[in-house]
Amino acid sequence: MTTAALASPTSRPSLLMRVAELRAWLFLIVLVIFFETWTRIGYGTSFLFSLYNLQAIAVFAAMPLLLGLGQTFVIISAGIDLSLAFVMGLASVVAAHLTNIGATNFGMSQPVAMLFGILVGVAITIIPGLVNGWLIAYLSVPPFIGTLGMYGVSRGAAYLLAGGMTIAVDNDWYSQIGNGRAFGYIPILVIITAAACLILHYMLSQTRFGQHTYAMGASKAAANRAGINIKMLTLKIYVLSAIMGGVAGAMYTGRFSAGAPQAGEALLLDSIAAVVIGGASLFGGSGTIWGTVAGAFVIAVIQYGLVLVDVEPFWQFIAVGGVIIVSVLVDQTQRRYLGGRQAE
Amino acid sequence: MQALDKVSLNVYPGEVVALAGDNGAGKSTIIKAISGVFQLDEGEILLDGRKVSFTSPQEARDNGIETIYQDLALADNLSIGANIFLGREPMTRWLGILPVIDRAKMAQAAKSTMEQLDFHVTRLDAPVAAFSGGQRQAVAIGRAIFWNARLVIMDEPTAALGVPEQRKVISLIQSLKAAGKGIIFISHNLRDIFEVADRIVVFRRGENAGERKPAETSGDEIVRLMVGK
Repeated sequence: MTTAALASPTSRPSLLMRVAELRAWLFLIVLVIFFETWTRIGYGTSFLFSLYNLQAIAVFAAMPLLLGLGQTFVIISAGIDLSLAFVMGLASVVAAHLTNIGATNFGMSQPVAMLFGILVGVAITIIPGLVNGWLIAYLSVPPFIGTLGMYGVSRGAAYLLAGGMTIAVDNDWYSQIGNGRAFGYIPILVIITAAACLILHYMLSQTRFGQHTYAMGASKAAANRAGINIKMLTLKIYVLSAIMGGVAGAMYTGRFSAGAPQAGEALLLDSIAAVVIGGASLFGGSGTIWGTVAGAFVIAVIQYGLVLVDVEPFWQFIAVGGVIIVSVLVDQTQRRYLGGRQAE
Repeated sequence: MQALDKVSLNVYPGEVVALAGDNGAGKSTIIKAISGVFQLDEGEILLDGRKVSFTSPQEARDNGIETIYQDLALADNLSIGANIFLGREPMTRWLGILPVIDRAKMAQAAKSTMEQLDFHVTRLDAPVAAFSGGQRQAVAIGRAIFWNARLVIMDEPTAALGVPEQRKVISLIQSLKAAGKGIIFISHNLRDIFEVADRIVVFRRGENAGERKPAETSGDEIVRLMVGK
């Protein structure tokens, strides 16, 4: 059997590859060192070694991160979910309403009313998720357009259901979820977010669903040829994203003891930025949950850090924007030099 | 509009059949009919003498027919093993309970398949985008081998490759032949056809235009059959 040996791809320095994969975490470390230095020199206090700061940063990062988790799947599949801005608000409003209705109309106790509200609030997001998925998968609407449409629809629905105002919730249990601490130290909100990270990391890296998401992002044709049902996969991805919007919305209501239609408005771009800073390409095919976690923390550290050192808050926007641009540039250089996209 | 009319094509194990013809001759159509993409209006497909009809590419694959299209249908961001198992990833249980993808099994499959093809890389787990055109072709072929394809169909396997890589793909086809697979390959490259084919079937305008053995014909005659002079 005469065969020709095929030459191997030129061996690339694997240290550099490792660095590229952990880029977002390295960025985070640099930022922390930067702020630590600044606070020490300028104020004589520590940035990192303060329990209060750590708690505040973690809580700050929680909701954009929850959105980012679902967004990670969507972006890997070469899509985008713009509707999250108001799907979150919709869930927040519905959760608030139903917690109140549960207590008042059904005589539920506080914990039960809370669970009832959260459950329905999260469940309602399945509707916009399905609509997104259906538009994109079955009607071939580009994700940007389809989810932009649902952005509008969810926005209207959220404001209508809220009657144009916020819906106050008087529920100690619910308030504890959003503001309480386990063992006196770890905010419950952070624990919930961490659990979500673990679950979605498992889904992305260890299930066929995750694997097929990566494949679809690389080449729909290849995924199709391999027998993967692209339409169903798309539907699932957008429903997952919407559900994460629902979880974030439900958490918002707990944190602020009120449901607000605009709950997620400011967080949409942060969620996309977190995914991109974390290493994903907006063209699909790459990205990881831990990357998104790092990205969310990069944004939270910048925002919190700048406030702590008395910098005019609006510099935050410039800073985060700058970080996004730098991330993408580094990412492109990495791709040109190392070649190919990386999946988990 | 009839794409194919009164054509017939036979392939035997260990035989390489080259399918030649001008654009629009019906080569891709018959390939797609055999691999389950198109359904026949008339006529039949016999596998081992048994009449079959496939309603989907997956069914054709289950019957041992693998088709490698020109774009190779590889997921660039995934490894060789992941591509081999794309759509049918093996699962195992972490700590006995949690179902996880069996990456060890995928890596092992990649290693053994690529060894069979005499394909050597420093990093077998690199995403296939890191490989050259010929190497990617090898991965696509490897995928077909792993799933024990009996009939491997290739659409223009050397079209986008430079000369050294074309030679390598030709020798891969010869390995497949030695392994007893039946091979149909569509090609415009007369040199490849004459080098590796056992029979050359020419289509013209959706019909059989002739069949020759390479030793008994010439490039000129094949072109004449293709064009119809």
